[in-house]
Amino acid sequence: MGIATIYLTVIVLIPLAAVAVKSTENGLDGFWTVVTSPQALAALKLTLAVAVIVALINAVFGTLIAWVLVRDRFRGKGAVNAIIDLPFALPTIVASLTLLALYGPKSPLGVDVAYTRVAVALALLFVTLPFVVRSVQPVLHELDRDMEAAAESLGARPRTSFRRIVLPNLLPAILAGVALAFARAVGEIGSVVLISGNLPFKTEVASVFIIGQIESGSLAGAAAVSTVLLFLALIVLVLINLLAWYGRRHDR
Amino acid sequence: MIARSVPRAIALGYLAVLLVLPVGFVFYRTFENGLAPVWDALTNPEAVHALYLTLIMVAIAVPANTIFGVIAALVIVRSKARGRSVLNVLVDIPFAVSPVIVGLSLVLVYGRTGWLGETLGDQGIRVIFTPVGMALATIFVSLPFVVREVVPVLREVGDDQERAAETLGASPWQTFWRVTLPAIRWGVAYGVVLTTARALGEYGAVSVVSGKLVGETETLPLHVEQRFAQFDLTSAYTSAFVLAGIALIVLLIMQMLKPKSEATG
Amino acid sequence: MIDVTGVTKRWGDFTALDDVSLSVPAGSLTALLGPSGSGKSTLLRVIAGLEGPDGGTVVIDGQNVTHVEARRRGVGFVFQHYAAFKHMTVRNNVAFGLKIRRRPKHEIRARVDELLELVHLSGWADRYPAQLSGGQRQRMALARALAVEPRVLLLDEPFGALDAQVREELRTWLRRLHDEVHVTTVFVTHDQEEAMDVAEQIAVIDQGKIQQIGAPRELYDQPANPFVMEFIGPVTRLGEQPVRPHDLDILLDPADGAREGLVRRVSYLSFEVRVELELDDGRVLWVQLTRARAAELEVSERQIVWVRAGAGMPAAAPVSA
Repeated sequence: MGIATIYLTVIVLIPLAAVAVKSTENGLDGFWTVVTSPQALAALKLTLAVAVIVALINAVFGTLIAWVLVRDRFRGKGAVNAIIDLPFALPTIVASLTLLALYGPKSPLGVDVAYTRVAVALALLFVTLPFVVRSVQPVLHELDRDMEAAAESLGARPRTSFRRIVLPNLLPAILAGVALAFARAVGEIGSVVLISGNLPFKTEVASVFIIGQIESGSLAGAAAVSTVLLFLALIVLVLINLLAWYGRRHDR
Repeated sequence: MIARSVPRAIALGYLAVLLVLPVGFVFYRTFENGLAPVWDALTNPEAVHALYLTLIMVAIAVPANTIFGVIAALVIVRSKARGRSVLNVLVDIPFAVSPVIVGLSLVLVYGRTGWLGETLGDQGIRVIFTPVGMALATIFVSLPFVVREVVPVLREVGDDQERAAETLGASPWQTFWRVTLPAIRWGVAYGVVLTTARALGEYGAVSVVSGKLVGETETLPLHVEQRFAQFDLTSAYTSAFVLAGIALIVLLIMQMLKPKSEATG
Repeated sequence: MIDVTGVTKRWGDFTALDDVSLSVPAGSLTALLGPSGSGKSTLLRVIAGLEGPDGGTVVIDGQNVTHVEARRRGVGFVFQHYAAFKHMTVRNNVAFGLKIRRRPKHEIRARVDELLELVHLSGWADRYPAQLSGGQRQRMALARALAVEPRVLLLDEPFGALDAQVREELRTWLRRLHDEVHVTTVFVTHDQEEAMDVAEQIAVIDQGKIQQIGAPRELYDQPANPFVMEFIGPVTRLGEQPVRPHDLDILLDPADGAREGLVRRVSYLSFEVRVELELDDGRVLWVQLTRARAAELEVSERQIVWVRAGAGMPAAAPVSA
């Protein structure tokens, strides 16, 4: 216990504490000024909005993909299952470059969304894809198929069975995946950096804003906005744990 | 049942547009102008050094986090220490923290005006703008993987075998080496692979901490960005290609290890 | 009533059902009895419409439902592991079929209350399945299936997941329920005692084929083949023929048609006494005696006795199929 705690404290906890402390260096006023400055606010609003949208989109597609992977049978399914993990394995900067190549200027498909908010969303969709899929897959796999058969024997159409039986049982897993996706999206940097152009007030996300603050020497400002993000992350962590507990409440 | 082909088509279409096509396209772009430029880019001393530095980061972060991971997992699952569930939650922190914040936090502690930075500086030890700081950043972001993979395996395996070893006279160390470790080896392996992938691909935290000094504190991901900023697209694509190639190998190994880490021996 | 004619079902190379035909009279209680893998559950699911047959027909109450989906067949199905909707209360589980048919709320409430009363779960309406015991969950599942007034009730090893004692209680309870509700009922089991105890008619299945159909007594006394004889009721061998252990008698002196044997073991079970004998050719058989008869004979281990097919009663010989 001791060694583990010391390691964790030195590597993680002390540095993070430094951020929290630094953020109040100029008092609460200073904190508030930075965080509510127009550029910071723009960055935070953009980050939150895109993160929520992306998390929701991937909630739908992630569940769909998980469904196809668990219930469907086709050649190459194993390869498709493997590809889901690509965003986990691929360096984020490479993701940014690849998306730029295909959906930026000089795109062979004629699709150019570089330097727009769509680009930000695209990058975040890429990196958060696996979360919902991997969260839902095992739950769907373990789901008692007899429940759906019972619903069928009682007269339910497949759509009804999905809505009333499958979905309620998948919801905790979907939400957990959404929470993880959201947390990741809010802090993402590498995949966004090349394709968004980082234009303040337009495509600058919170993490890029923080880098700007660091590079211009306002460490306190950087720390302040960072603290806001850390606070969000804390809420998300708590939420995930609650959801996990809630999802298990009917199990026996 | 819901018509099979429609969901399947949508799912595969989404994956193709988002994942497959972009990554596949990078391979194309890299070799668009033939092999010669690629070779030049690969053998460029900066690129070589960047790759070397990246591998060093991995060589430091992975063993450190593996040892920590196994110890932490044992504490969380097997010990009766108070606070072990707190440890369990705290270990997940790096997942929720933006890499940029990680970088910032290290600057605030080890930078010139940081908490420890001044004292260390007096001793002649520099952390920020050196590989040391970069290693710390890499360790931070890749910390949780081994713990998270080993904890469920340890839970699943149960401590019966370890108790049996105890009654047969084994010391704690012997029990660990001969009974526990073999039981969790696939979980550890899978965790190591995930840690490696994360360490290889780290960008944000290392970017802040390293100062991006070309040829000195530039890892391969940073090199990709640098070459891109210099409009040297071929080099950027080439370095990205190397990283993507390694990523695919990692992906392959992940798929091979995944079922083993989920089934318990 | 249910008429199954010539039903065949294959899974790849494996034939689960081979030209199976069965008639279930309206309002009756029939058991599909067989060992694991015999095809009995498959047959039940074909009747329910949860599986489609590769050949043959299924007719329910005169309607050919062979290619009709399960949800339109009017069958109630009860699963071995309950298939409870674990995210819904007991009340909502039972109400499910009525809710999706959009019955008025008061009607649903009344019917659910009635059914919960019938299965003795009235006080548990607002609990969740996780809070119920196995037996209670199965009763809930039954109420749920009955809620939509199915014309046929199908149960797939309904008591298989329960403790022995609960199993016995529910067996009796199912019989009584059937007496009250009179729905054509078919249940699957591998437990011959259960089938004999509960069913009016038993269909014995093995390897995808029906071996014999008849009333319990008929199957016991006039088995159509050695499989049925051995599956239903105890069997031992005197010579080549299988014979019922309680049809054998032990004599203390040699007699016509009796063979000599050495008593290896005498076991006193609850209401019967088992005597294990070794014959002169080395073969071992066992005889079932009443306690009275055992007391009369006073057999003990290592005693030489003589055994023959029941004094005055012919040994039950398999009737050729």
